[in-house]
Formats: sequence, C-alpha cells, structure tokens
Amino acid sequence: MNLTLKIWRQKDPQDRGRMVTYRVEDVSPDMSFLEMLDVLNERLILEGDEPVAFDHDCREGICGMCGMVINGVAHGEQVATTTCQLHMRHFEDNAVITIEPWRAAPFPVVKDLVVDRSSFDRIIQAGGFISVPAGSAPDAHSVPVKKEDADNAFDAATCIACGACVAACPNGSASLFTAAKITHLSLLPQGQPERESRAKAMVEQMDAEGFGGCTNTGECTAVCPKGIPLDTIARMNRDYLRASK
Amino acid sequence: MTATIERGNATASINPPGDATADKKTPRRRGGFLNSSPGKKAVMAVTGAVMVLFLVLHMAGNLKSFLGAEEFNAYAASLRTLGEPILPHRTLLTVLEIVLAAALVLHMWAAITLARRAGRARPVRYAVRRKSQAGGYAIHAMRYGGTAIFLFLIWHLLDLTFGTVNPAGGSGTPYERLVEGFAPSRWWVTLFYVLAVLAVGLHLRHGLWSAFQSLGQAGRRSYRGLNAFAVTVSVLMVVGFLAVPAGVMAGVIK
Ligand code: HEM
Ligand code: SF4
Ligand code: FES
Repeated sequence: MNLTLKIWRQKDPQDRGRMVTYRVEDVSPDMSFLEMLDVLNERLILEGDEPVAFDHDCREGICGMCGMVINGVAHGEQVATTTCQLHMRHFEDNAVITIEPWRAAPFPVVKDLVVDRSSFDRIIQAGGFISVPAGSAPDAHSVPVKKEDADNAFDAATCIACGACVAACPNGSASLFTAAKITHLSLLPQGQPERESRAKAMVEQMDAEGFGGCTNTGECTAVCPKGIPLDTIARMNRDYLRASK
Repeated sequence: MTATIERGNATASINPPGDATADKKTPRRRGGFLNSSPGKKAVMAVTGAVMVLFLVLHMAGNLKSFLGAEEFNAYAASLRTLGEPILPHRTLLTVLEIVLAAALVLHMWAAITLARRAGRARPVRYAVRRKSQAGGYAIHAMRYGGTAIFLFLIWHLLDLTFGTVNPAGGSGTPYERLVEGFAPSRWWVTLFYVLAVLAVGLHLRHGLWSAFQSLGQAGRRSYRGLNAFAVTVSVLMVVGFLAVPAGVMAGVIK
C-alpha cells in the first residue's frame, strides 16, 4: 500500500506547529498503525530528519499510551480499538490520512503527537484509590459482591486512561474517564467508605484542571477503545450530588 | 524495612519546575457546588424541568382556543384570578411568573458558563472535522437552539402577552390577539413561531433524557425508556403548539 500522511509537527510546547505531508510507500496491510509510522520514522532518520514523536508502550491495547486523532476520529474509525491495535488493512490504497494530537487545553502538546496527560494523574491522586491498611490480601469470598456489580465494576475498570474521551468531546470534558474510575470503586464494598468524598474530590480536580463540563453528547463512549458506557457519568453525578448535599 | 509510598509522588514528576509544560496555568476556578460542572448541570436540569412543566400547561391552555373565544378568554382571565379569594388578584400568577423568570435566568447562566468553560477547554480545532461519532444531532443544536428559543421568547412576550407588536394591540382580548397574531398577512411571524416550536422540540429531545442523566437518575436499564419518553414528549409538544396556528390558518379559530 502507498499512503499520503498529513501529520501535525510541533517541535516543542512553544512551537506553533503545522501540518506536514509525507508519502509512505510499500506499507503492508498487516502492519499496525504504529508500525506504519515506524516505517516512516526509519526513513526520516535515514534522511537525517527528525522522526515523528508519538506515545506508545504496550502496543497491545492495554496501556493507554498510544493515542492520536486519525482522520478526525480519536484512535481512528475502527470502534473499540486503540491506535496500536488498528491495522492498515482498514485503509484503502493511496488513502490520505490526517494525524493530529489530542486537542484539549489540559492536554498540552509536548511534541508532535505527544501530549502531556498528567492532568489525569492528578485526578486519580485526588481520590482514585481506597485507603486500606496494607496487609495480606483478604480472602476473595470474604465479602460477597453481586455478580452484576462485579461485572459493571470490572467494565469500568478496563479504562486505560488513554484520553480519547477528552479528545473526542466537543466540550473537552474528562467526565467519562473520571466517571469510569469513580464507578469502578463505588460499585465495590471496598470503595464504600470514601464513596462520596472520592466523587467530590475527583470532580473538583477535574474541574480545576480546566476540563469542560459534560453535556451528554456521547462522543466519548463512541470512541472509547474500552467502550466505557455513559451510565458511569450518571453514577458520578449521583455520587457528586450526594456528596454536595 | 517498610516502604513508604507517598501519595502524590507515586506517578513521578508532574510538571516539575523548569518543565515547559508547567507554564500552562491551571485555570483558577472558584470551588463550590455552583461552580462545579455537575452542579451547573443539576441547576440546568431542575430549571429545565420547571420550564417543561410550564410548557405542558401552556400548551394545554392554548388548545382551549379551539373551544372558541369565550372559553379561551375565560381561561386567560381565570389565570389572573388563580388562588382567589384566598389570595389577592393576580398574586399566584405573579409568583409563578417570577419562578419561571428565575428558572430561565439560571438555566441560561448555567448554559453560558458551561459553554465558555468548554471553549477554554478546547481552544484548538481539529484539521479534519468529522460528523458526530455518536450519531446525535439534537445535542449539537442545544446552544444554538436555546438561543433561538430565547430570542423567540422576547418577541412572543411582546406579541401576545404585552401586545406591543400585535395588530390587536395590548387592549385586545387574548383571543383577538391570538387570531390577529397568526393572521396570514403576518406569515413571517407564524414562520418564526413554527421554527421556535421545532427548536423547543429538538431541545427537549435531548434535554429530557439529559436532565435525568445530569441528576444521576439514569442507568443502563433506563436509557431506552428515557429516550422513548423524550421523543414522545417532544413530539407531543411540537404537535400541540403547532395545532393553534394551524387552526387559525385553516379558519377553525377565527
Ligand atoms: C432560553 C434559552 C435557553 C438556552 C440558552 C438553553 C440552553 C441549554 C443548554 C446548552 C442545555 C445543555 C444541554 C446538555 O448539557 O445536555 C440545556 C439543557 C436543557 N434545557 Fe435548555 N436552554 C434554553 C431554554 C430552555 C427552555 C425554554 C426549556 C424548557 C422548555 C429548556 C429545557 C431544558 C432541559 C430540560 C435541559 C436538560 C438539562 C440537562 O441536560 O441536565 N431549555 N439547555
Ligand atoms: S474512558 Fe475510554 S476513552 Fe476515556 S480514558 Fe478511559 S479508556 Fe480512554
Ligand atoms: S500502546 Fe499501549 S494501548 Fe496502544
């Protein structure tokens, strides 16, 4: 396959940045999107150019590092798929592919396609944990958990903090991410003691970071590689409203 | 040996001093319920619900115009004597008007502050703008639609409440103002009205389920029901509100 890539290049956070067009040839349809970028980067290095910087780590869809907006859609159009798990066979030969970084004020661009997502870390630090004495792990069945709650908590816990929800949201809201983390803990017995204070602290941090508010557009779930559902946000709202009473 | 994990440093350096990304200022925001994004949405949901209740009653009242001038004018007069003789003339109505005006102001305040917040959170647009991945259209019309409703509301009050811009004037009976207001010669007013009613329908198509979500009263099991509820109520509102100008046009109301 031969492709035309339009990629956002930005030297550093201060640089104004611009789109640069590249031609990549002999791409195998079996390559992942990141491997295709590797091919481009190898050539750029050989030619003495600066390679395109992008985040990645596991390349198996579980770490949440990779993330770019491909043809206007976070992680590309393939549903429930991270960029690293997106394969070139989903593109047509001679396609023009535009690649941009996540766009949100709380995710400043570090370089090219790499953004700083430490605002997510600070939301987790605000309350995304349970305070338990660190002893030996309790027996798994010592506190019964309803099957449905266990399933839903697990679904929420699959959030990999990639930030696609923010990138896709017209309001730049981090509600889906924050709600996934709140839901995961608030459905389980261990999360009960801090349930309300957690929701309050995490929502306040989310707001303080400069993320926008949720208007229930649903754009986030549509692009979320883990399919985190919108009802997590209703739960976050409920816990927050209760905490504010 | 005991390991100490300090909460806060667990995720390594976050914007260490000297780091260029540290320059980006975290916007300083006042705390408190009304400055939180879910708090604003809760305000929007409650005030929206107040306005929806009003609209349902308003629509039912309007349909009385099909019963003739006497019935309709008597209904309009009875609104003013609501609560009498326990309360003085026009007391309850004035109270309700104040509640409605407050709801509208708070609703718009929440909408505007959230829109500004959203603008600051997304200062850079994507080069490629794709249509909604979620397939929603109503949601993307909330802000424009809401503004259109507000502009219409001003005109509507001047037209049919105060009669300032109505051919029958402020001294005409409510029924006269209604018939004159939708007179064929003023087709552009009717068009404006129809568009505004459609905007309300679209606004409620999203707003009605959204309000439940904002108040934390939605869940996986209720989305289908809430959506059906939102569609049904919006369609009923549109049909009910359009019936009156249609009646005037068709000569049923004259
Ligand atoms: C006057 C100008 C108005 C503006 C600017 C406006 C704007 C908005 C906006 C931006 C939303 C947010 C949508 C979302 O976050 O999901 C909203 C929600 C809503 N609006 Fe309005 N609106 C207006 C008038 C009205 C009126 C007259 C009604 C009642 C008939 C109404 C009922 C609602 C409801 C029920 C919601 C859902 C609340 C929620 O999402 O929590 N709005 N409005
Ligand atoms: S909710 Fe989905 S899109 Fe958002 S950070 Fe988590 S995995 Fe990524
Ligand atoms: S690189 Fe780990 S999820 Fe894509």
